[in-house]
Amino acid sequence: MHLHRLEKIWLGIGFSMLCLFLLVLGIMSLTMGMAPPGGHHQSIDPAKVRETAPFDKPMLKKIGENEYEAVFLAYAFGYEPHKMEVPAGATVHFIITSPDVVHGFEIPGTNVNTMVLPGEVSHVTHTFDTPGEYLILCNEYCGAGHEYMMTTIIVK
Amino acid sequence: MKQERQSTITPQALQPFDRQDSGLVLAHILFAFTALLLGGVAGVLQGLVRGGMITLPASIGYYELLTAHGILMALIFTTFFIIGFLYSGVSKTLGGSLYPAARKLGWTGFVLMVSGTVLGVVMVLLKKATVLYTFYAPMKASPYFYIALALVVVGSWLSGYGIFYQYRRWKQTNQGKVSPLFGFMATVTMLLWQVATIGVAAEVLLQLIPWSFGWTETINVLLSRTLFWYFGHPLVYFWLLPAYICWYVIIPKIIGGKIFSDALARMSFILLMIFSIPVGFHHQLMEPGISEFWKYLQVVLTFMVVVPSLMTAFSLFATFEIFGKSKGATGLFGWVRKLPWKDVRFFAPFMGMLLFIPAGAGGIVNASHQMNAVVHNTLWVTGHFHLTVATSVALTFFGIVYWLIPVVTNRVLTPALNRLGIIQTVIWCVGMFFMSASMHTVGLLGSPRRTAYTTYGDHPDAVLWMPYHVVMAIGGTILFVGVVLMIVNIILLLRAPSGHTEYPIGEASDEAVPTPRYLERWGMWIGLTALLVIIAYAIPISDMIHSTPGSPGYVTW
Amino acid sequence: MGNASEKNTLYPNERNPQPEQRHDSSLKGAFVSVLLLGGFIALTWFGVFALFLARN
Repeated sequence: MHLHRLEKIWLGIGFSMLCLFLLVLGIMSLTMGMAPPGGHHQSIDPAKVRETAPFDKPMLKKIGENEYEAVFLAYAFGYEPHKMEVPAGATVHFIITSPDVVHGFEIPGTNVNTMVLPGEVSHVTHTFDTPGEYLILCNEYCGAGHEYMMTTIIVK
Repeated sequence: MKQERQSTITPQALQPFDRQDSGLVLAHILFAFTALLLGGVAGVLQGLVRGGMITLPASIGYYELLTAHGILMALIFTTFFIIGFLYSGVSKTLGGSLYPAARKLGWTGFVLMVSGTVLGVVMVLLKKATVLYTFYAPMKASPYFYIALALVVVGSWLSGYGIFYQYRRWKQTNQGKVSPLFGFMATVTMLLWQVATIGVAAEVLLQLIPWSFGWTETINVLLSRTLFWYFGHPLVYFWLLPAYICWYVIIPKIIGGKIFSDALARMSFILLMIFSIPVGFHHQLMEPGISEFWKYLQVVLTFMVVVPSLMTAFSLFATFEIFGKSKGATGLFGWVRKLPWKDVRFFAPFMGMLLFIPAGAGGIVNASHQMNAVVHNTLWVTGHFHLTVATSVALTFFGIVYWLIPVVTNRVLTPALNRLGIIQTVIWCVGMFFMSASMHTVGLLGSPRRTAYTTYGDHPDAVLWMPYHVVMAIGGTILFVGVVLMIVNIILLLRAPSGHTEYPIGEASDEAVPTPRYLERWGMWIGLTALLVIIAYAIPISDMIHSTPGSPGYVTW
Repeated sequence: MGNASEKNTLYPNERNPQPEQRHDSSLKGAFVSVLLLGGFIALTWFGVFALFLARN
């Protein structure tokens, strides 16, 4: 099909730009581990969440030098554990599931933003360099109390 | 000789629009705008609630309004307008009137869709379906809500079959000829819709209805979401393609120019159909249970679907430039001044085109794999789709109304009505600027979408968002004024003076190359679409079916 | 290419095609316009990309 010379150039530029974006995104994923959440597939029976380890005891656990595992339950309409505190510079691996409907797990000001699905376990990691009280909120409509669903994580 | 050719090429344009077909078209348009008005009422209330300016009475909740708003605007207004518009162009260009079978299919589809809409809205207002227009499991609505959705979808299939029928009959009576551009594009649009709706139909018929009736105990949540978004992405192209039909086929005629390239226009539609379907995962980038590989593959396919839009952008600018130069414009941008800015039939769709630039840019960001974490489920996304569907598509549809209603009712657009149309367009753009710009910004700051008024316990992050929510409310109120004015304009159009209005169908330019026949090898294109869908979805879906356990239902409202 | 009566591969209102040279130089405005569009896309993308990196 014949294309005007300038259209060919434009499409070449446009296509190259898209390829550049894809390359950057792909490299970041493969080499720097900056991938979207969900790579680690772990399913769970949604009706038995509160009896299945580790979700029978949602809590913060230290696993290394300034490295933690935070097991969370996202339910209608809150999060367990209700309060969490880590030192500044801590790397936290969040492990989250839902005993009821779909929820979100978003920490504004960071890239922590993942869906929490009944039947699946969500894994997302963040290093909290700056101290403060970080808001964790549900950004996926889950019912009448959706706008109240929150908790905080204190970084000292 | 030339004059003879002139009269043989445009006899249809001079004939009045078929009277029986008028009824079908008008019914769709008027029902669409009724939905827009009701949806607009819901929308302005939402904005005012979130901006902290009003509280709702106990009888209606924020999330019921939000569900109604999403369904009425994104499913009902759009689908009805699109089908009405497509039937009008198909009647005009594929024979001059609809075959009885096509018209019957059109009406049957209409009746089914209206029934579904009424049933669905009633269920929402009765608080039995406060699940938003994405109705994510395992929130469980009344089975009658899902039945309502099924009625709308099945109705739309019948409408599509009417268009396919008309197209096939035209091909049979015009052996060896390339189909008129409008008819071709309408067929691609409904074909895309048919393939896309398979996903949501499977979700509704095979999962949601049995589960909500209690015939099955659990539902595979990840699978249901995947089937929905298999549908949910091409849904937006179902909205976009008719706007593109206006930009490619109608606008050149309105301005007095020519279609830049019939062949490239058709090629862009084929590419849009093929690449808009196997890409649903870019709406699920932040979800567990889907491996990074399949997410990235669908991200790559998503970026491919950007290309036909880049082609469209060039075609449109080229159309305008060539037209401008034919009127004596010189220099790089002299053609801008030659365009009919004071004609609402051009101005409204043009503003839709212009605002598609930030709309599309935002869309590319959304689909950018791990970068989606910055914007997922924030108000940025809401800002984005208010630019794409609620501005680019909606303003184009509004612009169409100013000639379509006169065409099908044998009336003319008056200068006064045209002026009202310009005013309505400007009001829309101003309101949308305030609302969408603040949504994009506060979304980047983390404010979630689909959330009622809250300050999260006066958390400093949330308090920072409030001024933006106030601006959103102001923008939303201005937009509501725009909705009301649009309804007024439609009522006035229905009472405009009688006269003949030509159906504006563009003609190809002199330099255009012949349209390759392979563009109408439907088997090949459908086959390619199916192949890409299988490649993108077969393995991840079978994974989900095998490894994700089912969940019981919940009524959390 | 110009015969209307045969198997019609051209758009129904075909005319004799004009030479292409007149056409080629007159799309600079369109070209610059799409380049601006592309620039807008790039700016938006790198802006959000920078935000993503900063927040990581």
